[in-house]
Amino acid sequence: MCIILCIIFCIILCIIMCIIVITKMCIIMCIVLCIILSMATQELQINESLAHLKTESESLKTKLEEERAKLHDVELHQVAEKVEGLGQFVMKTRRTLKGHGNKVLCMDWCKDKRRIVSSSQDGKVIVWDAFTTNKEHAVTMPCTWVMACAYAPSGCAVACGGLDNKCSVYPLSLDKNENLAAKKKSVAMHTNYLSACSFTNSDMQILTSSGDGTCALWDVESGQLLQSFHGHAADVLCLDLAPSETGNTFVSGGCDKKANVWDMRSGQCIQSFETHESDINSVRYYPSGDAFASGSDDATCRLYDLRADREVAIYSKESIIFGVSSVDFSLSGRLLFGGYNDYTINVWDVLKGTRVSILFGHENRVSTLRVSPDGTAFCTGSWDHTLRVSSSFSFSLFSVISLSPEVLLTHCVFFFFFFLQIWA
Amino acid sequence: MTINTLLVKEGCPQEQMACFRKMEKVIVAMQDPDMGMKMRNQRLLITVIPHAMTGHDIITWLIQKYCISEEEALHLGNLLVKYGYIYPLKEPRSLVLRRDESPYRFQTPYFWTSTQWPATELDYAIYLAKKNIRKQGELMEYEKERYSLLHKRINHTWDFVVMQAREQLRASKQRRKADRIVLECQEQAYWLINRPAVTCQRALGRNRVKSSNCLEGFLKHSEQYQNHDPIMQGCLPSNPWISDDAAHWTMNADVVPVPTRLRVERWSFSFMELLSDTMGRKEFMTYLEKEFSAENLCFWQACEEIRHGENSRISEKVNEIYKNFLAPGAARWVNIDSKTMYKTLEGIKRPHRFVMDDAQMHIYFLMKKDSYPRYLKSDLYKNMLAKAIVPQETKKSVFPFMRRQRHSSPSPAQAATQATEEDGRVKEAGQIAEIVSAQQRIRAVRKTL
Repeated sequence: MCIILCIIFCIILCIIMCIIVITKMCIIMCIVLCIILSMATQELQINESLAHLKTESESLKTKLEEERAKLHDVELHQVAEKVEGLGQFVMKTRRTLKGHGNKVLCMDWCKDKRRIVSSSQDGKVIVWDAFTTNKEHAVTMPCTWVMACAYAPSGCAVACGGLDNKCSVYPLSLDKNENLAAKKKSVAMHTNYLSACSFTNSDMQILTSSGDGTCALWDVESGQLLQSFHGHAADVLCLDLAPSETGNTFVSGGCDKKANVWDMRSGQCIQSFETHESDINSVRYYPSGDAFASGSDDATCRLYDLRADREVAIYSKESIIFGVSSVDFSLSGRLLFGGYNDYTINVWDVLKGTRVSILFGHENRVSTLRVSPDGTAFCTGSWDHTLRVSSSFSFSLFSVISLSPEVLLTHCVFFFFFFLQIWA
Repeated sequence: MTINTLLVKEGCPQEQMACFRKMEKVIVAMQDPDMGMKMRNQRLLITVIPHAMTGHDIITWLIQKYCISEEEALHLGNLLVKYGYIYPLKEPRSLVLRRDESPYRFQTPYFWTSTQWPATELDYAIYLAKKNIRKQGELMEYEKERYSLLHKRINHTWDFVVMQAREQLRASKQRRKADRIVLECQEQAYWLINRPAVTCQRALGRNRVKSSNCLEGFLKHSEQYQNHDPIMQGCLPSNPWISDDAAHWTMNADVVPVPTRLRVERWSFSFMELLSDTMGRKEFMTYLEKEFSAENLCFWQACEEIRHGENSRISEKVNEIYKNFLAPGAARWVNIDSKTMYKTLEGIKRPHRFVMDDAQMHIYFLMKKDSYPRYLKSDLYKNMLAKAIVPQETKKSVFPFMRRQRHSSPSPAQAATQATEEDGRVKEAGQIAEIVSAQQRIRAVRKTL
């Protein structure tokens, strides 16, 4: 309002001056003044509308949160009070896989529960039999920083990609002399780095996410783009496919702090969650498919329920300062494993929200973590060039150790007398 | 790959401007007096609106000019309407191009999206005020909400807004009725593009479930699967990673003569568990064959193959499914309700990956609600459960420091190539056998002659 008054005032002033002293200078001054004023008002108008849009979007967001909160009548740890606590778990590293020349960035398990594929910064992708720690195949990619790799469900191929903006599929051949790189098939093409890739239920389709802010579904045979998913405002860092019956959705997390749930068939974003305070590095579905967990640079893991449409648990501790790079659930969904940038692995009780175990061993940050398909162990890859397969401490031995010393002593004394009697 | 569909006014990205310029070229070509579109006068109730065209004409012109198919022309026309270069006269809120006689008009260049004329709150308020004054109750729900919001926000200039609205209405009354309607339509179309009905309404109106119900689900799931979680409860005979003994994996391989008890128990947790286990699926198939409803599972499997198979073989597979399961009088006809059947048959004319989705869903839920619970109560399942072995826990070796030898296993890639080799050999053997039998028949015929 005042701006319009200012303009009117200035124009009137100029006109008066022109009437009094009709000189060229005056007229030029008037014109210049008018131009400056109009530019200023335009800029102010633009700023006004931007501010208005921002306030409008903020008000809508608060309204959405209010709607979500209406049906939230109980917290997860309250519901979980009736469940038995887990006590302290002991995890131990069972296998160490050495062979990469640089930081390990990603890994994936094969459906046969013992083979894994891993990729590293030096461009090497290695297929291991983790049980025997033998290397079975090795591929050298033409680019460095291979940030994504995946094993095909049939076990016959691996997909990998990274800074080359592409996702390539290598069929695994058993002929030792054959160069795997010769049969490479370039499937996905993005305009920025590939951050994650995953096969859908078969070898024929691949889902990829990229630093260009999109996810895409590709047909492996033809390399054709089947569907693209737009909606993230920044790099997409991770994705996971839903284990549900209909098998048609997936979740992705990005640098815009949002986790989006997408419908693979229509390409639409069905649900969106924005409660993290920093980039989301990893997302993983709960085994039943009704929820998913996310790990972020803000050092927390959060559990989001899809039916209640809200975050239901936060897994954090004041002593944990460094960000989470990857998360995964155990088979039953009771335990949540998180690999952290402070070189440790923390194991959380999903229902109670408490930490049940911490595993040391890596000498640099943990970059990737996956639980094996049958839940017997989990594998972690780290920037210290190694991969470690770990599992819970041996059960029968643990039960023996848990016996108190008095009981052990009485048992020994009893057996001693028993043998004495037999000999006598 | 990064074309944004949001119409952000401030800082319109380079890619969008290129699109707009191309669209404008198309529009200008359409309006060309010699090669352009045929304009007619459209009757809208009593008034006659000049320079309008029908949807049908637009599509025919696009097909002719760019030599494209009808589907592509419809798609292109739809985009022109969505971005506001052409607006419909009859149903202004539905920004779709219809192939029939519905009238459309070109938007005046003043209102083109590429002019980047900032659609300010003030202008929008003036537009809504005009609508309100003109006819009470003409504002839609979301427009009413926005109107009251704007009233709160720019309350200080509200008198100015109302004054401007009245002035503009008075000025427009002095125009001819046809011109007035045209200008109104143009303005309405412009604002529909720039202030669309917000999709956040969708998120606000979503069906949510109470927290207490959802969270109980997590407890139940954890409890159910607790015994099956090797990291939490250990596994029998032993965890291979701890004891270096791969017996656990050999006992739980895809095809074993006798499955373990835990595995058979898992089949009763959910239908998906049963179907995702190869042995479980085979057992279920045997059961269905006894009940004479095996075609349901076969149909479901065939649909899964389409959904996850190669793109190039989709039409071939769809045809096979139609022949075997859906055609009237087919050998293994599946029982689907008429609506789904009609929809599927229509979709088969243009086969794509998801054409069988509805039918597959229907059959899946049919099996889940009907056959699956009966299978769990059947003798077949109970016998399986009774037969199932509970492996003995391996004794810890006397010398705990001696490591067992870790045996390697055949690579899945090897198994796959062997399978294809065998298939090839079987096919070859079959072909040779056919040729031999054909030769024998020819010899037999020759002898009789």
